Amino acid sequence: MKKIKGIIAIAAIMMLSAFTTVSNGYKVGDIATDFNLKNVDGTMVSLSDYKDAKGFIVIFTCNTCPYAVAYEDRIIALDKKYASKGYPVIAIMPNNPEIQPGDSMEAMKQRAQKKGFTFPYLMDEGQKIYPQYGATKTPQVYVLQKTSKGNEVKYIGAIDDNYQDAKAVKTKYVENAVDALMSGQPIKETETRAIGCSIKS
Amino acid sequence: MDFYFYDMRILCLLVLVLLMSCKNESQKNGTVVDAHSPVEVRERPLEIYDFEGLKPFLKTTSDTVYVVNFWATWCAPCIKEMPYFETLNARYKNKNVEVLLVSLDFPKKYDSHLRPFIKKNGLQSKVVALDDADFNSWIPQVDPDWSGSIPATLIFNKDKREFYEQSFTYDELETELLKFIK
Repeated sequence: MKKIKGIIAIAAIMMLSAFTTVSNGYKVGDIATDFNLKNVDGTMVSLSDYKDAKGFIVIFTCNTCPYAVAYEDRIIALDKKYASKGYPVIAIMPNNPEIQPGDSMEAMKQRAQKKGFTFPYLMDEGQKIYPQYGATKTPQVYVLQKTSKGNEVKYIGAIDDNYQDAKAVKTKYVENAVDALMSGQPIKETETRAIGCSIKS
Repeated sequence: MDFYFYDMRILCLLVLVLLMSCKNESQKNGTVVDAHSPVEVRERPLEIYDFEGLKPFLKTTSDTVYVVNFWATWCAPCIKEMPYFETLNARYKNKNVEVLLVSLDFPKKYDSHLRPFIKKNGLQSKVVALDDADFNSWIPQVDPDWSGSIPATLIFNKDKREFYEQSFTYDELETELLKFIK
């Protein structure tokens, strides 16, 4: 009887912890992990490869999420605007392609080519990186700044405040964050929320 | 004069209530809804709200338990769990439970995707569309812990509310609901 009670208690604790681990991941101020992930051009990419970068715009995105697709042109625009200023876009595809075949490496290559991605589009193979960042959905942005301690998380959230219409955007969260970092000003909004597609694991 | 309008409003309200109760009555008598039997397809106009308009659906002072699911036709895990919400609606709607399916489909897809989906699947739970692109302003109002991924579900009554940023099986969903039913 005691044994059964023990098993039930352990099961209950396991269930509880399963539910409470959901919101783990980086907060603003944390140091983000580097990675070594395969790009659509076949090379391996790490943040440490970017010797001259001042920081990064890391974006978890994919082929198959309508919100991610709605933001593709704006992601390209971000890279064009900020890569030369030291903040390149690094796109990571976090979905499991076995569950989401539209996000296979082959499909990623095609999408990158068709849209003319100017930035790396990396497969989070084995899905080990997105859980460390705490990404829950696509698209989701982490703006990092290089510091002596490592790449510090400065902003987490959405690209801007209107997925439907780039022309109707009132606040460009990511641009504001990177602009603030470049001018040494505090970032006004360090975390924002947006609807996105849950990461398929 | 004020009184006149007041009376007229009450009269209108009464007529409305009567009409609605008649409608409910005929539905109850007309069909027995069970998720496993073929369902009668009722065409209802799609209600579309911004977040201000949706807010009243997210709180209650009545004894009803509300199960509010945020979904979209393009969201595969949402579609997978949709039958569970329909079953829950069928089994519990006479037990003071209301299921509300809040679609986050893109407005330009209402005609091509959302309306046909509702019709094709004969959805019996109430469906509304939320058209409010300024996510950051309203997501934390649904729940402070919601990162924004869907599917997401809110269960509440007048005393408590729980938020779930996850997919459900039917059993998991029913277990959560039963916590709200005394």
